[in-house]
Amino acid sequence: MAIHLYRIDDRLIHGQVVVGWGQPLNVRFLVLVDDLVASSDWEKELYRMAIPPEMEIYFADVGSAIRDHPRYAGDPRPGLLVTGDIGSMHRLVKGVKAIGSVNLGGIHHRAGRAEKLRYIFLTPDEERQLRDLEAAGVEVTAQDVPSARAVPLPEVLEGESP
Amino acid sequence: MNDKAGGGPEQPRAIVVGHGEFAGGLVSAVGQICGLANELVVLSMMGMTPEDIEGAIREELARTGAKVIFTDLPGGSATIAARRIVKDQPGVVLVSGVNLATLLDFVFNTSVSPTEAARAAAERGKASLIVVGP
Repeated sequence: MAIHLYRIDDRLIHGQVVVGWGQPLNVRFLVLVDDLVASSDWEKELYRMAIPPEMEIYFADVGSAIRDHPRYAGDPRPGLLVTGDIGSMHRLVKGVKAIGSVNLGGIHHRAGRAEKLRYIFLTPDEERQLRDLEAAGVEVTAQDVPSARAVPLPEVLEGESP
Repeated sequence: MNDKAGGGPEQPRAIVVGHGEFAGGLVSAVGQICGLANELVVLSMMGMTPEDIEGAIREELARTGAKVIFTDLPGGSATIAARRIVKDQPGVVLVSGVNLATLLDFVFNTSVSPTEAARAAAERGKASLIVVGP
């Protein structure tokens, strides 16, 4: 599979993604899956200008990402797919049925969310969706940068520091 | 977190924002070299959502009247947030990829507007990147 990391990160494209993961994984294409970004030319241009020249970026809403996933997965280059929220990744995984692992990279504090790790805050509904992914056989771990330990979901939900 | 660096009477002319302690460290170096750190406001974006970062920068621009934003990585979330601000505040200038030479040039250049000084400082910053050796 050409996509080496399926990441949930509310910052979408940023330093940890482009450099932190992009360099060690030698990422050559990014798939940004976000309904809002996919519908706005300005948003797409904003993120397009944030990636280095050696990377290509594709924009998709969740529906088209499900449809085009075989093309991403068949790409010979190393890729990284990112969604900005758990709900989008949940829909994507359920629609694709071929995603074996999901990385929680950054879900920050908002009203209604409780802190689980320094960079992971979840609402009860988001917790439920993540448990649902694991129940479907998807490995869910939290890991902000490659040098950090991948924290398994049960440990994340207990709120223990890695 | 925000921190008015320096403490002098001058109104800050720019906001410096970046990963980790980058902004604070850079502005501290400006203070150590020339004592003009009070021209700059430090913003750290650690643990902040994109909306929080954008809100914090907007707040500091409004509070200080600064028209210049310096960020570290062109692809970083601070730069993304600053680009959103520049879109609807046309008088504001963003310089990404800031380094110490850039900031030093900026704080000394008071003969032109802050936005003009930022453009000139960016050129100085680019020129400061040199490679020595084979």
